[in-house]
Amino acid sequence: MTTRAGKRKKKRLYLVLTSMTVLVLAVGLVLTALQDSISLFVDPTELKERNFADGQRIRLGGLVAEESFSKDADGLTYHFDITDGAETVSVVYKGSLPDLFREGQGVVVEGSINQHGPFVATEVLAKHDENYMPKEVVDSLKKRGVFRHAEEEESI
Amino acid sequence: MIVEIGHFALILACLLSLIQSTFPLYGSLKGKGRLMAIAAPAAYGQFLFVTISFAALMYAFVVSDFSVANVARNSHTLKPMLYKISATWGNHEGSILFWTFILSLYGALVAFFGRKLPRTFYVKVLAIQALVGLGFYLFLLLTSNPFERIYPFPMEGNGLNPLLQDPGLAFHPPLLYMGYVGLSVTFSFAVGALIEGRVDAAWARWVRPWTLLAWCFLTAGITLGSWWAYYELGWGGWWFWDPVENASFMPWLVATGLLHSAIVVEKRDTLKAWTILLAIIAFSFSLLGTFIVRSGVLTSVHAFATDPERGVFILMFLFIVIGGSLLLFALRADKLQPGGLFAPISRESMLVINNLLLSVAALVVMFGTLYPLLRDALTGEKITVGPPFFNLAFGFLMIPLILVMGLGPSTSWKRADLMGLASRLKFVFAASLLMAIAVFYAAGGGEIMAGIWLAVGLWLLLSTLYEWAERVKLFKSGALARILRQPRASIGMSFGHLGLAIAVLGMAGTSYWGAEKQEIMSYGDKVSIGGYDVTFENTDGVIGPNYTAVRATFSASRDGGKPQILKPEARVYLTPPMPTTEAAILSRFTGDLFVVIGEANNRAYDQWAVRLYHKPLQVWLWGGVAVMVLGGLISLSDRRFRMGALKGAKK
Repeated sequence: MTTRAGKRKKKRLYLVLTSMTVLVLAVGLVLTALQDSISLFVDPTELKERNFADGQRIRLGGLVAEESFSKDADGLTYHFDITDGAETVSVVYKGSLPDLFREGQGVVVEGSINQHGPFVATEVLAKHDENYMPKEVVDSLKKRGVFRHAEEEESI
Repeated sequence: MIVEIGHFALILACLLSLIQSTFPLYGSLKGKGRLMAIAAPAAYGQFLFVTISFAALMYAFVVSDFSVANVARNSHTLKPMLYKISATWGNHEGSILFWTFILSLYGALVAFFGRKLPRTFYVKVLAIQALVGLGFYLFLLLTSNPFERIYPFPMEGNGLNPLLQDPGLAFHPPLLYMGYVGLSVTFSFAVGALIEGRVDAAWARWVRPWTLLAWCFLTAGITLGSWWAYYELGWGGWWFWDPVENASFMPWLVATGLLHSAIVVEKRDTLKAWTILLAIIAFSFSLLGTFIVRSGVLTSVHAFATDPERGVFILMFLFIVIGGSLLLFALRADKLQPGGLFAPISRESMLVINNLLLSVAALVVMFGTLYPLLRDALTGEKITVGPPFFNLAFGFLMIPLILVMGLGPSTSWKRADLMGLASRLKFVFAASLLMAIAVFYAAGGGEIMAGIWLAVGLWLLLSTLYEWAERVKLFKSGALARILRQPRASIGMSFGHLGLAIAVLGMAGTSYWGAEKQEIMSYGDKVSIGGYDVTFENTDGVIGPNYTAVRATFSASRDGGKPQILKPEARVYLTPPMPTTEAAILSRFTGDLFVVIGEANNRAYDQWAVRLYHKPLQVWLWGGVAVMVLGGLISLSDRRFRMGALKGAKK
């Protein structure tokens, strides 16, 4: 074996070792980081059926129930119900609502489980199109049998 | 009639691409000059026909020809002309046609500027470019025909989503596409080199300007999109780790790596196989980006196409292009003999670390973006991976990357002296640490990560300046002449790194020291935020070309200075009917004041929900990216990259 080839092998070894270290670190990081930032998508029925532990991050999707919307005296805290036709969950949210938030429309809210009261949303996800229904909400409504086909055709 | 010509031209272009991708390739393998000669004229012809096709579609939008389904769905007679034109690429079919148009543009450019490349290689590059094009033509013609007619046709169109009616967004897709598709050239060069079985310094010199060009467009395009989100969506955020943002960010990360590894191939004749692989991966990410955006598999604010048939087509296309090129790589990579050796501490090693970190970062982003799909397929559970994941994982990769960026340019090729490097840069390191601590306390403290990012940004800023000063021997006589004589590529590098440093500082400022307030305000009410006293003056009604709005007037003054007027609007568009908020932003060197109005809180309409944000150093972020792009353009103008200058480099 020439020294040149030997050097090359050594160089390659360094390279492989560095790559492995970086990769192992990255995988470790990825797994730790993932644990806190996954949120599960559920509809009101699933939320009631499954017993989630307190603190589990959830995205709750459904329709904003008609005539459920109210505002507190401070003008910034909102109450409304999210329904999938079968079950209904009350939601409290303090913050700004997206432009397209309306009763009867699809909505997805994010927050953590707290079994002692209404669902406290930290974020109401903005949707950017008056026809746009989040895909998960459509699937859930179809499953619960309340999806209106007229709505599907409107969105052309 | 014009619309039919457009459709017909598209079919012709498709046939030309079929010819260009087969006969010349065969000719180059068998050494048949006549067959090879087809390649360049075919590339020009493709460009001509796609241009005609694209112009025809644009014409249909301009004259609001609603018998074309695509125009009826996405345009409206009342829309301002700029948005009629930008609507051409603001929808699924049009955007794919636009993509194809740019692909053929690049094909023609390669055919023109690459005339002096070795003949067989030139022909292979053009053939591969046409092969990619063929996939897109078929996609258009079979699944997404932009020229489809409808009968009976409507008298009026549906209109374009008002959020997309914005100058920033009119130009965001063209820039982004120039970047995405520019990587196709790099890809064609890589695959051509694999078939040819030869990669050398000259190859790297041919590839680098194309990569650089694509990179500049990609950088500008991504930032324009982010800027749009910042001022238009009215949340004061500029990056959301949305799947579509990630889709454009992944190729950017790999292209940045490629830009650096190509330098090693050029200067030191090593890392060849790796560079080829990066070129393939970069373009694969471009295609994956298209897949993510166009198939609508991921719930995203941007997805305007949700059609499984198209998804299946793109998936197959991806499989053929990515799988095929990787297979070719596996078969041929051993032909690429590595050249120069280097020690563990050397410029080459620094660039290897850069590449490793950037590739891993791209992988991490890909994992976070696709993990919900995987989880859905395996368990049926629907999940989202939120920004905390990306911020943590990505941030921890970027900090070492930036630290190495400060060292790299000061490290010599082949073998560097670690002690010497440390002793030269220790003052720079100490200075950036001290400055960071000083600024951190002056800003009133904050999260520890804020301080770390500040230190990292300052380190990059100072070390880049220091390396430049050392290179031009700033404090010795004749410095001015040396400054002016610097090769453009090195000036570009300094600008590029400097730009990132400025952007990192801006990012730290706006992410960690920002303030946000939500208030119900009556006329005359005052709020203080970020050193500004903001007074709500009044509101009035406005009638725009295709919307009506409530426009509020705020005056903001700082330390009793002259008040500045801000006028945020709450608009309601007529077609399609949709409310939007137009933020008012007061941009200053030290930070942005950002005001949004919500809805009235009472029947008298003199009490409104108001959101105010203070975003320190926000302009540094945009300015930093502008400096980066400027660096790329300066580097691109380097003489060594001009095709005429290449003749000397050929063996």
